Amino acid sequence: MAVAPINTSGDGLGEPTRRRLAGFVRTLRDNGFKVGLAETGDALAILAGPLAAKSSTLKPALRALFCATHSDWERFEEIFKAYWHGFGVSQARILAGTALESRAPARHLKDVGSPTGMPGLPDHLERRHDDGNGAGDGRGKREGASRFESLASTDLRHIVDAADIAQTHALAARLSRVMRARLVRREQVQWRGRRLDLRRTIHRNVSHGGTLVDLAWRRRKIKPLRLVLLLDASGSMNLYTAFFVRFLHGVVDAFRESEAFVFHTRLAHVSASLRDRDVTRAVDKLSLMAQGIGGGTKIGESLATFNRWHARRVINSRTAVMIVSDGYDTGTTEQLVEEMRRLRRRCRRIIWLNPLIGWRDYSPQARGMQAALPYVDLFAPAHNLESLAALEPYLARI
Amino acid sequence: MTLNRDEISRRLAAVGYIADHDVATALWLMDFLKRPLLLEGEAGVGKTEVAKALAAVHSAELIRLQCYEGLDQNAALYEWNYQRQLLAIKMREGAGANADAIEEHIFSERYLLERPLLAAIRRENPPVLLVDEVDRADEEFEAFLLELLSDFQVSIPELGTIKATSIPRVVLTSNGTRELSDALRRRCLYHYVDFPEVDREARIIITRTPSIDAALAVQIARMVASVRKEDLRKVPGVAETLDWAATLAGLDFHDLRQEPEVVHETMMCLLKTREDRSRLTREVTERLLGKVA
Repeated sequence: MAVAPINTSGDGLGEPTRRRLAGFVRTLRDNGFKVGLAETGDALAILAGPLAAKSSTLKPALRALFCATHSDWERFEEIFKAYWHGFGVSQARILAGTALESRAPARHLKDVGSPTGMPGLPDHLERRHDDGNGAGDGRGKREGASRFESLASTDLRHIVDAADIAQTHALAARLSRVMRARLVRREQVQWRGRRLDLRRTIHRNVSHGGTLVDLAWRRRKIKPLRLVLLLDASGSMNLYTAFFVRFLHGVVDAFRESEAFVFHTRLAHVSASLRDRDVTRAVDKLSLMAQGIGGGTKIGESLATFNRWHARRVINSRTAVMIVSDGYDTGTTEQLVEEMRRLRRRCRRIIWLNPLIGWRDYSPQARGMQAALPYVDLFAPAHNLESLAALEPYLARI
Repeated sequence: MTLNRDEISRRLAAVGYIADHDVATALWLMDFLKRPLLLEGEAGVGKTEVAKALAAVHSAELIRLQCYEGLDQNAALYEWNYQRQLLAIKMREGAGANADAIEEHIFSERYLLERPLLAAIRRENPPVLLVDEVDRADEEFEAFLLELLSDFQVSIPELGTIKATSIPRVVLTSNGTRELSDALRRRCLYHYVDFPEVDREARIIITRTPSIDAALAVQIARMVASVRKEDLRKVPGVAETLDWAATLAGLDFHDLRQEPEVVHETMMCLLKTREDRSRLTREVTERLLGKVA
């Protein structure tokens, strides 16, 4: 990755300085900063300018130039110090934070859903979709529609074969896209809020001598729904996590206005990692983050973190919050109730997806689930693709 | 006229803006690199004040565009003066002019109403353009703004292209209610405005409320800092601090410990929701007072 400064006014700079700067820019990019050629060129200009004399004036200047978000702003100090003051040692550590993380985990996806990984499951949970065409008999893959259908209605736990898993994930991604497209189209047909467009009207009626004969109307543009997803990634949800991570990626990719969070004992904001174009890398990265197995689920506490730190920013009046969780909470019920109440007041709809609803004989017995239910607008199953697809008409009506 | 960084620092202080150290650097870079400045931070940390101070530093006019959902080019850039146009059409028609001539006449500069963005690029002296809460506007508007900020020219279909007579200094603020596009972020310099530290807030109080005791100002700043750490729905901003300071100064306070009862009652200047009021009980106030005073 060469620097190739096009418009440098830093001509007086020596080769070593340029090289160092190039290295710094590369380090920033590796850490997820969006730095283009124009910025590098401007940085050379700063280095050649009066602020470069002292590190105490150079740092704020480069920070203002290279940062684009609050999280960049917070991390800059550390990266700057590591690079310019402790060349070598700390650099490796920082790089490890993002670049290496994405290497390891593809394995995680395959583990999920494998029955051998879950020896202790009670029998009645082993229910699967009845047609013999189901996920297990991995042959005969090119059956088109019926194949699609069977995968769609198979409980996600029972999708075992690697190829099936891949296909399921592709389906999830496509589904989230379809949802988005339909939502937008319907809104346009449904709404008739109109007002007069004076500019166009006048323009059109000049030839009528200013008498308004042809009226130009304007249709109010409806902004699409904003979706906020909170995914429970605790041990009890283990079987479904990888799949929902994929769904999350699809949704964040398709809805321009969407935010995603993952929680188990604490809450993590993951939209940024999900916006990685490389799907596999994004999902891998997230699967790692989502590994919160052990230590229980603190739904109430995670919601509290969300309400306190994120809600103000990510929620507006046309936001639907979608919580994906089985409702097994190891925190206190009072806190969960309090936080659900707060959340309820802020957003337009709360949708709670519970994979367990798909299981036979399930009723929301878990204390947490019981407590949260009064604040939920839609309580729906999410154990297979069909059930997710069934959500779409509901979302379109919001 | 470009000022150096220390000069900017000095002038900021002279116009009564108590800047955190790095703001001056960012403001200097705006001129040096010819880039707009994007300010982010919680509501009430004084983002808008930065733009006002910048205008004062350069003795420039401040043109402000407040963004909101549904803001469109008509409201931000230019609009035609319809009433006058209609009148002109009637008059010309009476005089027997043909349609083409009328059209040419009514779509001329005379009937054009400037809105903030157009005004900002047509001034003799470069003004400061404040695009406030840009995150409230739609994506389309953001894209349009990006185009304007790189070309500094506007094309009006009926009139032609208007080039900037002077390049304004542009400050954008965002509360982060919506994620801004990468393109806009990259185009801008970035500065995150945080709540001021205790001693800076104390200096701000003293500058804005000259009648106050210096010791009381420090106490107030420390009290507000600890209130901000409480779990509140609306964290008090600098403006709230100043209200409270003015109230206490008006009540002839010299020390917060003087009358804890009054301190608790006047704290409604800081807390703007019923929930927050009930959260900060008398006991909590006393605990905080014990810590800071």
